[in-house]
Amino acid sequence: MQFRPILSAMRRNKVGAILIAVQMAITLAILCNALFIIQQRVALSERPTGVDDEANVVVLDNQWVGNPPDQAARQEGDLAALRSLPGVQDAFATNSVPLTDSGSTEGISLHPDQKTASARAALYFGDEHAIASLGLKLIAGRNFNADEVTEKVGYTDLKSPAAIIITKGLADKLFPNANAVGQSIYDDFSKGQVPIIGVIDRLQVPWVSAGGWGSTFNDSSFIVPFHIVIPFPVLYVIHTQPGQAAAVIQAAPKKLFDISRARVIGKTRPMTALRTEIYKDDKGLVVILGIVCVALLAVTAFGIVGLTSYWVAQRRRQIGIRRALGATRNAIIQYFQTENLLIAGAGAAIGIALAVSLNLWMVSAFAMQRLNTGYALIGAVVVMLLGQAAVLWPALKAASIPPALATRAA
Amino acid sequence: MFRYYFRLGIRSLRRNMVLTALMIAAIAVGIGACMTALTVFRAMSGDPIPQKSSQLYTPQIDNWSPERPPGDSPDHLNALLSYIDVTAFMQAPGAKHQAAMFATLLSVRPNDPQQKPFKANVRTTYTDFFPMFDAPFKYGRPWSATEDKNHSAVVVLTSDMNNRLFGGQNSVGKIVRLDSEPYTVTGVLDDWQVLPRFYDLQVQPFGRSDEIFMPFTRAVDKQMKVLGSIQCNGDGGTAFETLLRSECIWLQFWVELPTAADAAKYRAFLNNYAAEQQRLGRFHWPPHTQLRNVTEWLRYRHVVPNEVRILILVSFGFLLVCLMNAMGLMLAKIMGRAGDIGVRRALGASRAAIFAQCLIETGVVGLAGGILGLALTALGLMAARSLLSKNFVALAHLDWTDTTIAVLLAVGATLVAGLYPTWRAAHVQPAWQLKAQ
Repeated sequence: MQFRPILSAMRRNKVGAILIAVQMAITLAILCNALFIIQQRVALSERPTGVDDEANVVVLDNQWVGNPPDQAARQEGDLAALRSLPGVQDAFATNSVPLTDSGSTEGISLHPDQKTASARAALYFGDEHAIASLGLKLIAGRNFNADEVTEKVGYTDLKSPAAIIITKGLADKLFPNANAVGQSIYDDFSKGQVPIIGVIDRLQVPWVSAGGWGSTFNDSSFIVPFHIVIPFPVLYVIHTQPGQAAAVIQAAPKKLFDISRARVIGKTRPMTALRTEIYKDDKGLVVILGIVCVALLAVTAFGIVGLTSYWVAQRRRQIGIRRALGATRNAIIQYFQTENLLIAGAGAAIGIALAVSLNLWMVSAFAMQRLNTGYALIGAVVVMLLGQAAVLWPALKAASIPPALATRAA
Repeated sequence: MFRYYFRLGIRSLRRNMVLTALMIAAIAVGIGACMTALTVFRAMSGDPIPQKSSQLYTPQIDNWSPERPPGDSPDHLNALLSYIDVTAFMQAPGAKHQAAMFATLLSVRPNDPQQKPFKANVRTTYTDFFPMFDAPFKYGRPWSATEDKNHSAVVVLTSDMNNRLFGGQNSVGKIVRLDSEPYTVTGVLDDWQVLPRFYDLQVQPFGRSDEIFMPFTRAVDKQMKVLGSIQCNGDGGTAFETLLRSECIWLQFWVELPTAADAAKYRAFLNNYAAEQQRLGRFHWPPHTQLRNVTEWLRYRHVVPNEVRILILVSFGFLLVCLMNAMGLMLAKIMGRAGDIGVRRALGASRAAIFAQCLIETGVVGLAGGILGLALTALGLMAARSLLSKNFVALAHLDWTDTTIAVLLAVGATLVAGLYPTWRAAHVQPAWQLKAQ
């Protein structure tokens, strides 16, 4: 195939060719940035919480009416009742669980007089039932003993926990070269020395937003052996037997209301529902960007079809003459395909530059991550294939122009 | 003349239905995508209190050291205030209205024993809250400054809460039981909603709003738990008494300053206050304060999420592609008619006449694209509402301004895209075309 005649033909039709090339460039820039965002959001919303089976971990929030003085005893009674329900493996009470977007953090120091904490981590209250109820994986050390668990009453209690269990992420940050079990930390509030007795594989912090609070210490959490007693909703976490979640969601609030009606029970739902809700916007963004990408490709493709068809119509006579002079149908098809490849190639080159600069701007404006160049290349291939596919129909039409056309008067 | 060109335009569009349909569809899809994103953006970046947004201010003060920037604040200032500073601000003179506040969550026990207790979002604040934010009363009035001073057990209900508890009747003087304690209703608000909830942007600024209001002083007495974050800088202690004495930040504070002179005076007060704290040894750094009004505050706190900005960017890029597409197709269409144009020119039509005729034809395409685009915008908003949470699209709906923007944008953009093809049409050489025939 010779490029020369194509180029000289294009020179006479500059604007059309430029329009297609620029269209393809913008399409490419948007396409690969959108694909990149889609991939990031999907990865974000699929991060594991550390909970083994989210469909069978049910979370229920309970708030006592007023501030009854015997809250701790009532909570013990509630949990014992929940554990006795059919289909329930274990249950415990806590301040927060992953995927709720609300919880507490504390600075953790390695020395009592440290000015700046060594690490920031999410704080979960729990007891010896916590690991089993959430289905966490203990990878070193041991679980809490019942005698290590104490009551922590509202705001007025400043006592240090007897021991803590931390995540592997936090352990790696605090003790990069040593075994965390057996070491001690100092927490921000009580300033007391607390021994680490166990390490769990993973327990995500409650916050999930991309680049938001918690995104820098997503895998740093710790569990303190406290029963919390606060005039605020306390979460009951119930691990059900496989397939029993729906039945327990029905039975648990009923059981609790049988014990006492002086309470407000919020939503009772499995952690899979929490996941769906908290990542709704990320999923939504993925779907919307996906739709825009498809629409963008369609519009660009139709534009190419339209403009190439017009060129074919304009050159009917010339094509007829070429055919009469011996050009095969394939040669005609190849002509239009090569022409499109040249335009698309130019468009892709501009597009890659545009995509990278668009991404760099988003990095500075929206604290986005840098674009993986692989996406720009994938985008370029997609756009060029799209061009080839779009040009096929007009090219076939051109190839069907009879050579006899040349002999007719214009 | 215009009507004749308009008819000609329609006729010429009908002659090549496929090309016309492609053009209109391209413009409509582009406008639909753009307007969906733009409508969401306009709704989210709207002014929650237009009559006063430049007169309501919130002060900020660096009460942590500049060496330890909290979180991701670019200017080393916190979005919340400590109890120490808020107490000092409440005693400062010179403001028309001022109120400290925080949110809490209490259980409400309905008077009807058959109904289950439920949770309510409670805002604890001062009496000035209501006149400062222009909150309208349906029944009664705000509690008094004396009741603020006396830490009285009084509440103001929103009209929704009043409907729920008292069936919408005048409940002034009646009793509401919050966390088992009795509170007397002093007033019921009329329908009142500020979106976003600029005075406290922490928990779902576009979502569920405050339902009950009560004196701040009472809430502090009762050590009510804070709904929102409490950030401490090492001197923590979650004991409530320690919280009040600490540098922990957890409160909002708003002040009404009607004139620029008032605001300048208040700025001076803030700096003097910070300097005094430095003299007293509480701060060991020079004064670092800020006073922002509602508009500046919403921008500073990034109320419009980045996702919406990304969608705006993507959709305008999309519109650009659609327009270039339409431009290419228009070029094809108009140049396909070069012969006709040549004949018209030879028969005496001026360049301007050809230009006008083609431009009107383009305008018709733009108008059709705009109208179809509006329908697509409505569809897009419906899709967005089902795909995204309330934090994004709760308030987005097409109003007249959006409709006007859409049509003007469609026609305007199409005309701009049509300029080049039209110019080419006007420069068709009649002799050349006639010879070729």
